[in-house]
Amino acid sequence: MPIAYIPRTRERYADYSPYRWALNHSAPWAPLTKPLRDCKLALVSSGGFYLEGQAPPTDADTPCGRIPKDVDLAELRIAHHGYRDNDADHDPNIVLPIEHLHELQAAGVIGEFAEWVLSFPTIYSQDKTCRVIAPHVVEELKAMRTEAALLVPV
Amino acid sequence: VGLVARAVEAAGIPTLSLSSAWDITYAVRPPRAVFVNFPLNHQLGKPNDPKLQRRILLDALRAFELFWQPGMMLTLPYVWDANDTSWEEQDYGPEAQLYGVGRAVQEGFVEQKLKRA
Repeated sequence: MPIAYIPRTRERYADYSPYRWALNHSAPWAPLTKPLRDCKLALVSSGGFYLEGQAPPTDADTPCGRIPKDVDLAELRIAHHGYRDNDADHDPNIVLPIEHLHELQAAGVIGEFAEWVLSFPTIYSQDKTCRVIAPHVVEELKAMRTEAALLVPV
Repeated sequence: VGLVARAVEAAGIPTLSLSSAWDITYAVRPPRAVFVNFPLNHQLGKPNDPKLQRRILLDALRAFELFWQPGMMLTLPYVWDANDTSWEEQDYGPEAQLYGVGRAVQEGFVEQKLKRA
């Protein structure tokens, strides 16, 4: 069974005023007008991934970092305030499937793997997510002429 | 990231979100979502199991092409551990430990491990 994270969060932070989760009853829609094998697909992650040597993306800092798709996975670092174990440190592909997308491009499953992988850490402010991070991600995706985006929430 | 997915979709780029938190994703309602009932941050499976990761990703991409109306969410039938569901109680439950606060590195990352398989 899926875990009820919203009640668990409420329980865990019972001493604080309750978090107001985003609640939507409908969603926007952009139809996929051609098969993915003909699309340029971008990978977007809220896992707070960044490159060794870069400034880690933080709330106050860059809204969203760019990682080249040809990155050596050993150079990836994670800055994320959420709880996590170290599995993603050992194998980033479990939340950031860079190696697999290269393979799927070679196999013709996707047309092209977009040159930059975008990553930012989850933040709790919906306002800032919508006002700062989302427009930045949209801008980056448009600059790459992305035709489809795979988002992996953390 | 669901809010970002909605913004990207609204800007005309089709999106798929790959989630491991069913209730949160359903509440935010991204345009297309695939749910895998795995511990958070393990949407594509277990570390160093590229075959499983690749299968889940392929299924997700197939679903991407399948969805025909906004807000659809498909649950993929993968099971983390058929013989042990204890992670469901530990993951973010009352006993959960907090991790990676601030910074984590791949080598020498020594914070306490969750009691997971």
